[in-house]
Amino acid sequence: MHCGSTPKTIDCKSQHAPSQRPVSSCLVCYRERTTNPTIRHPSRFRYSRALGLVSMSDVYDPASLPDLLPLYYRRLFPFSQYFRWLNYGGVTKNYFQNREFSFTLKDDIYVRYQCFSNQSELEKEMQKMCPYKIDIGAVYSHRPNQHNAVKSGSFQAQEKELVFDIDMTDYDDVRSCCSSADICHKCWTLMKIAVRVLDRALKEDFGFEHRLWVYSGRRGVHCWVCDEAARKLSQSARSAVAEYLSLIRGGSETIKKVQLSTPVHPFITESLSLIMSYFEDYALIDQDILGRPESVENVLALLPEDILLETCSDFQKYKTSVKRWESLKKRVKQGSQKNSALLDSEIVLQYCYPRLDVNVSKGVNHLLKSPFSVHPKTGRISVPIDTRQLDQFDPFAVPTISMLCQELDKAVQSGEEDESGKDKEGEPEPKRRVRDYKRTSLGKYVKVFELFVEQMEKSWKGQLLKQSDMQGDF
Amino acid sequence: MQFFRKQRISRLNGDRQADMYPHSLQFYGQPPTENISLAEFETFAVDRLRLLKTIENIGVSYVKTSEQYSKKLEAELRKLLFPYRVDVDEKELGKEYEKRRKDHISHFILRLAYCQTEDLRRWFIQQEMDLFRYRFHEIPEEHFQNFLNTNNLIYNSINEEERRIVKLSIIHSNANISAVKLEEMEIYKVPFQDVLDLVRSRKVYLKGGYTYIPHKEIVTVVLNDFRTRLSKALAVTARSLPVVHSDERLQPLLNHLSHAYVGQDYSIQKNIGKISLEQIDNLSLKSFPLCMRNLHKALRENHHLRHGGRMQYGLFLKGIGLTLEQALQFWRAEFVKGKVDADKFDKTYAYSIRHSFGKEGKRTDYTPFSCMKIILSNAPSQGDHHGCPFRHSDPELLKQKLQSYKIPGNGINQILDLVKGMHYQLACQKYFELTHGVDDCNFSLNHPNQYFAESQSLLNGKDVKREAPAKISGGSQETPANVKMAESTSSAEMDDLELLFQDAP
Repeated sequence: MHCGSTPKTIDCKSQHAPSQRPVSSCLVCYRERTTNPTIRHPSRFRYSRALGLVSMSDVYDPASLPDLLPLYYRRLFPFSQYFRWLNYGGVTKNYFQNREFSFTLKDDIYVRYQCFSNQSELEKEMQKMCPYKIDIGAVYSHRPNQHNAVKSGSFQAQEKELVFDIDMTDYDDVRSCCSSADICHKCWTLMKIAVRVLDRALKEDFGFEHRLWVYSGRRGVHCWVCDEAARKLSQSARSAVAEYLSLIRGGSETIKKVQLSTPVHPFITESLSLIMSYFEDYALIDQDILGRPESVENVLALLPEDILLETCSDFQKYKTSVKRWESLKKRVKQGSQKNSALLDSEIVLQYCYPRLDVNVSKGVNHLLKSPFSVHPKTGRISVPIDTRQLDQFDPFAVPTISMLCQELDKAVQSGEEDESGKDKEGEPEPKRRVRDYKRTSLGKYVKVFELFVEQMEKSWKGQLLKQSDMQGDF
Repeated sequence: MQFFRKQRISRLNGDRQADMYPHSLQFYGQPPTENISLAEFETFAVDRLRLLKTIENIGVSYVKTSEQYSKKLEAELRKLLFPYRVDVDEKELGKEYEKRRKDHISHFILRLAYCQTEDLRRWFIQQEMDLFRYRFHEIPEEHFQNFLNTNNLIYNSINEEERRIVKLSIIHSNANISAVKLEEMEIYKVPFQDVLDLVRSRKVYLKGGYTYIPHKEIVTVVLNDFRTRLSKALAVTARSLPVVHSDERLQPLLNHLSHAYVGQDYSIQKNIGKISLEQIDNLSLKSFPLCMRNLHKALRENHHLRHGGRMQYGLFLKGIGLTLEQALQFWRAEFVKGKVDADKFDKTYAYSIRHSFGKEGKRTDYTPFSCMKIILSNAPSQGDHHGCPFRHSDPELLKQKLQSYKIPGNGINQILDLVKGMHYQLACQKYFELTHGVDDCNFSLNHPNQYFAESQSLLNGKDVKREAPAKISGGSQETPANVKMAESTSSAEMDDLELLFQDAP
């Protein structure tokens, strides 16, 4: 509980000095740097003793996490749906109990092999430890906190969701608006494309039905594939799936990263048609890949010699990206090399196709950031993305933990609770929590999560029935 | 299996022979159940080992489906008296039975030798699979269904209606199948988990979790099945190994069999502490293979390396003799020049360095990556500098880089030719020869630390420590062609192994 000491003023930590800070957005206000060298961001903490709440402006300051996290975990984190998800209907014994969680605590203390017996224990521990970051690992053969007690070699990761991690940094060579940890609305389209292309493939090609897409909180998206078949996949199966979905090959030493050949696999054809609906707006207009000189050079570097000269002279005639692209497509058809007609598709793919990290997907025991975890640097919550409204998703509108706490604070002030902060007599905490997140911007994201869990629950009910039938358990 | 010295080998005759081994190709499902002499035990084991080693060598030098590959492998099979043809006439049946029996028994003997560690298992499975694949391709179509049936591989073929729907997509997924050919074949629906190789390389049509496989492609499915079975069997064998090892006649043989072919893995460093940090920059130019030179350069320039690069380079440095303290100092000094402050380094990166030295977590002392591992796994992506430059770099960029390192022009062309032919390690050997000014590097490269050791010994005039029987190379001096060298290396190693048996009781 807070002591109610005098209000503090916090100067903006970053001081906006470009040469000293590697990030280009202010940690406090998450706005882009300005040229003004010193900008102060006063935040005032008002310690409300009765409520134990912290009221502040909605600007996020990492230093305030110790104050905000307790509130988040007590009143906002959707434990009920979270447990329903990871318990998977209780079909397999001890599935939840053998699941590994890892927590990053204050001062970068990292603890692995955390596990819990039930929802109540999960809640209590998380509220006690207030982790800065939560990762979800595999379901093991034994309770993870017993891993040292078990005979060496017997403690094995057995199942885990199939996961994908798309990180905007992997696209640095093809986006000009931002680099490394930054994102903006222009390059966010790359994430939209990634979700569309991969989601279609996971659903139609692999037959996976339960796919949860989550915004990572800063610069990417994660996908959790929760089908039973997916959870049971071996490491080599996971890496095979990831390779099937990979078209971009090569690192900084490779110039042309996509090589197609005839016949073109239906997967590539389908992916391309999805990408093309975004290509003109994203690549030709927003990124202007054939307008800006450095960018034009990069595209030209992908062309074979026999059409390079003519393309260059075309570019003298046409000055806009859109027109230049048209002319390039025509030239490509005239190329003499084998498969040269695929060149325009290869360029589209190099600039837009999803880049996933195979290593994240292939490990059965790999730990990945949990949905509804807070991103310590940006304060944003890792929220589920509603794929039915993918194009409307705005990463900058995702609530930060400070925003949520402020919203809760306002709800208090608007009199929905009495001054003492006590809830209505005898109202149990979970119920209050439901009212709470619905009152905040988190509500709509929890709804997406709820729907996702409900969909899965339909499939488990059938299984439980089958099981009880077999056991003669009526 | 029971072993009696110089016991008469029980023989089956005529029909019963045919029943035992209906095909030259088998899944090795059941272990042999007869008595065998110790002498035959040894001969069979050594012969099969020779065969597998040849398979490894010609697999590096030739494309696996090419004619030269097939010819060489057939010659070896014939020489060592292993079965190589499916259709055998009546009068040959007796001899053929002997060969199949040898095939069967020798496989199981080598399982005993190669089940013990992950590396050994991986190597054994890889060579056995290549052998299986070769023999599988040799089965003519008439015998095929029979083979499938006798091995209980039941794949569901699809009906007319489904055929119509998926036909076009299958043709688009597969360069080898034309519409005409497809009409004549059965199409099987197989869950994708059973055909990972085809899925991985996207050579098959995939819908709703099922792959649609024309009859012609069924080999990959079968291979996968073979690999899975063998892998499980090796795990089981490993568990019953203590019993086998208690037989003193077998233990020395099995140990020597497995040690001869792993090669040095550089997990035990002999030069610990003999390298100082100031020497590294210089050494990187003179004695590092190209992959490590690139990594070092990238590290110096960017003051950072991503995970793949840190693993590959960090373990290599451990292999050349850096101590944990030196490693920590080295990485820290470099990272701190970049965006990482000393505190953060100590909290995050230091942990993983200690982990790779076996001081944290499950305390495995990780071994430096071999060339095969670097080439085949964990390909670099955007922002990475690890991998094998001969395998993973654009040839143009590779050429420029070699030019900037002042490699002579025609040497570069030779390297690029080798790269085009996918002989990455031979290209690296060429790089060694050009940078050290020798005509012949005199060793068969399969490990970056080996490159370093050989380079140091050449530059310092010392003899590289080569232990028997775990020899890296005994390469012959008269043959300049690298292909021949790979083969003569194997025969040198085989000679050592046989010397051993001359002394065996």
